[in-house]
Amino acid sequence: MLAVTTNHYLVLSFLLFTIGLFGIMARRNLITVLMSLELVLNSVNLNLVAFSYQLSDLTGQVFAVFTITVAAGEAAVGLGILIALFRLRETTQLDQAAELKG
Amino acid sequence: MSGADLLFYLFAALALGAAVLVVSLRNPMYGAISLLATFLSIAALFLLRHAEFVAAVQIFVYGGGIMVLFLFVIMLVNLHRMRETTKYDRQTPLAAVLGVLLVALFVTVFAAASFGPPLARPEVFTAGARGISGNTQAVAWVLYRDYLLPFEIASLFLLIAMIGAVVLGRRT
Repeated sequence: MLAVTTNHYLVLSFLLFTIGLFGIMARRNLITVLMSLELVLNSVNLNLVAFSYQLSDLTGQVFAVFTITVAAGEAAVGLGILIALFRLRETTQLDQAAELKG
Repeated sequence: MSGADLLFYLFAALALGAAVLVVSLRNPMYGAISLLATFLSIAALFLLRHAEFVAAVQIFVYGGGIMVLFLFVIMLVNLHRMRETTKYDRQTPLAAVLGVLLVALFVTVFAAASFGPPLARPEVFTAGARGISGNTQAVAWVLYRDYLLPFEIASLFLLIAMIGAVVLGRRT
């Protein structure tokens, strides 16, 4: 336990990123996959804000706001796809929608 | 170790624990609540790094908007039908190995990287149009002066996303 530096934020951000990535790859429920995607985007924001503080530059914070915008749009479209899938298949399990698997 | 450092460790542990719960809980409803805990912890971490406006937006957009969207959809789809199925995909071992390797690689790199002490010019985060005025005005100043075009593109993006969501969710 020592004084918090930018490195601490980077390690935390990357741990969150990997947890989200694992969720995206491993889970079968589309709702959980979308939630893991939000985790990944959030960890990127943490990185941007940490470097904004490190460099005393507001650009990182501005880009964090942009990332939040993109995350909001992504959540809306992703959940729209989920609703469409559920109407078509009566399920949200990803491996039940494998027509393109060949 | 100062109080701010203590708060960092507290909220970092909270965020990590809640994130693990998000990817491991079977019921998406509990997963969404854990996700909310992660969002709020990360907002607190933003506050510790002088990003007050981003922290507020994080709570409004993530904790408010996106969370309500998730909860609505979870309640809309029938959860009972998914209860018997298995939770993880067949590629889970591969994902776990990949995740552990990535963590090992990046934690080594990030822990070893040296950025030196922060520049420590806190007035940058609060300097608006007329001297010291607060983080919101400072961010707005940069956003509208230097990043006006990306800002407009973001608004167009939101319009497209809205139309796309409506079209996708429409009953055909």
